[in-house]
Amino acid sequence: MITTQNLTKKFDQITAVENLSLEIPEGEVFGFLGPNGAGKTTTVRMLTSLISPTQGSASVNGFQIGEQDIDIRRSVGLLTETPGLSDNLSAERNLEIYASLYEVGDIKGQVEKYLRFLGVWDRRMDVAATFSKGMKQKLAIARALLHEPRTLFLDEPTAGLDPEASRLVREFILEIKQQGRTIFICTHNLDEADRLCDRIGVFKTRLLVVDSPITLRRQVFGRKVVFHLVQADQALVDKITAHPHVSEANLIDHKIVVTIDDPEAHNPELIRILVREGADIQFIGELRRSLEDVYLQLVKNA
Amino acid sequence: MNKINTIIHKEWSEVFKNRMVLFTTAFLPLLLTAIPLGIIYATSSSGDFSGISGDMPSEFNAFCPENFSGGDCFQVFIVSQFMIMFMIIPLAIPAAISSYSIVGEKVNRSLEPLLATPITTTELLIGKSLSAIIPALIATWLGFAIFVIGSWIMITNPVVIGNFLDGRWLIAIFIIGPLMALSAVSFSIIISSRVNDPRVAEQVSMIIILPVLAAFFGQMAGIIILNVTFMVTSAIVLALVDAILVYLSIRLFQRETIITRWK
Repeated sequence: MITTQNLTKKFDQITAVENLSLEIPEGEVFGFLGPNGAGKTTTVRMLTSLISPTQGSASVNGFQIGEQDIDIRRSVGLLTETPGLSDNLSAERNLEIYASLYEVGDIKGQVEKYLRFLGVWDRRMDVAATFSKGMKQKLAIARALLHEPRTLFLDEPTAGLDPEASRLVREFILEIKQQGRTIFICTHNLDEADRLCDRIGVFKTRLLVVDSPITLRRQVFGRKVVFHLVQADQALVDKITAHPHVSEANLIDHKIVVTIDDPEAHNPELIRILVREGADIQFIGELRRSLEDVYLQLVKNA
Repeated sequence: MNKINTIIHKEWSEVFKNRMVLFTTAFLPLLLTAIPLGIIYATSSSGDFSGISGDMPSEFNAFCPENFSGGDCFQVFIVSQFMIMFMIIPLAIPAAISSYSIVGEKVNRSLEPLLATPITTTELLIGKSLSAIIPALIATWLGFAIFVIGSWIMITNPVVIGNFLDGRWLIAIFIIGPLMALSAVSFSIIISSRVNDPRVAEQVSMIIILPVLAAFFGQMAGIIILNVTFMVTSAIVLALVDAILVYLSIRLFQRETIITRWK
């Protein structure tokens, strides 16, 4: 569990993070979205006790930052922006060193567990430099998991990776998600956030909004239903617009795009209106806005 | 202690894969041990050096008792010169190891994940420092041991051998050597926090050998004589310099400073 209250970090005159108040329950996958320089990495560094806040407070897994820093570092795992592996050392040696620093009891056992989990047990003696970018990233995530942390911070886990490598890493994160850990992901990749996160926070020095991706879409753009008709005209649109729960209806080719507050409750009535007016309905669907649209809208307004 | 041990072994497994570090750690002590031994061999086996003592600085006569022949005195003088060069070992090796170790981590960006572990910065700093100091001291002491054994085999006059094992050189090898290694590491940490290329860090850190070269040329010119007083004074001054360098390196080697200010 992560709790922050008015967490602020200033570097000389520049405010990197301002009054961040946030609560992330145990087991949640939280996406932290924001443009470059928004303060995402600074936030992660504060929450992992790498740097101290200028003001405000935060607790991670029940430990207070600034007071129980060693306990925090013991209870969290961190994937930094770059894997930061020792390229000259083997995959196994890389993990063994960190297992020892994290005071893991059964070092050999834990290292073997994660090398097998990654599917690189047969390549354990290969030096890290010979691994692909995606594999290095997976190895770095495994390094952050060796001590079985309750909370995992992933800073741009798929940045700079090709689609195949990104997919490898994303699938790996999904597997970790199944283990019930709290995962805090900083990312630019909105599609990734949409697929992985239970809730997302849009951040630009201060927190703009926090909610589930679905709720955010609805909050920002409302819900839109598309009626695909064999033939449509303005008269049909006017009939739909007259409905008290419809805030907007537009005709696009043979489709009527309707903005409505509660489609589940009011769609049957709209369908009856259309049928009564003689429209032939081919199919009905909800118009899904991408998270990118939501993000850009929020950042633009900020 | 366990974490310090882990850091030491991590550093050794990484830096000794670097050819420059390996070259400095292995070749330099070999060279600086072989040169004085070669001189002893050459001056023991051939030539008449009886008249050469007059060409040496007059202050050096204190190290040439009356029972010394001109050849013995020349041996003591020339080997003393190269013994100063021997003191480059505890400076050059730590400078090379810590430059590659710290700047290497900066380039690889592996310091942040390391700092995210439950290790304290003191443990990390001690681990990194010891990983550079220990090989330097082993190389220095091993080189000195080989030199002593070699000279014992080649020199027939036991008084000459005793001259190489007197208080001056014991202070130099066992007190000044470790102090030099500590100053080299601390100086390298300070330099490494400012540069992004291990070779640059190593080259700049090598400035620290200049006082040794100054002592070499100073004694050759007769300006300074490395007697016990000089050695003890040097050890005290070096201890004070170390205190300042260690203080500065500890101030720079703070978690937040490394993360936010080391570029």
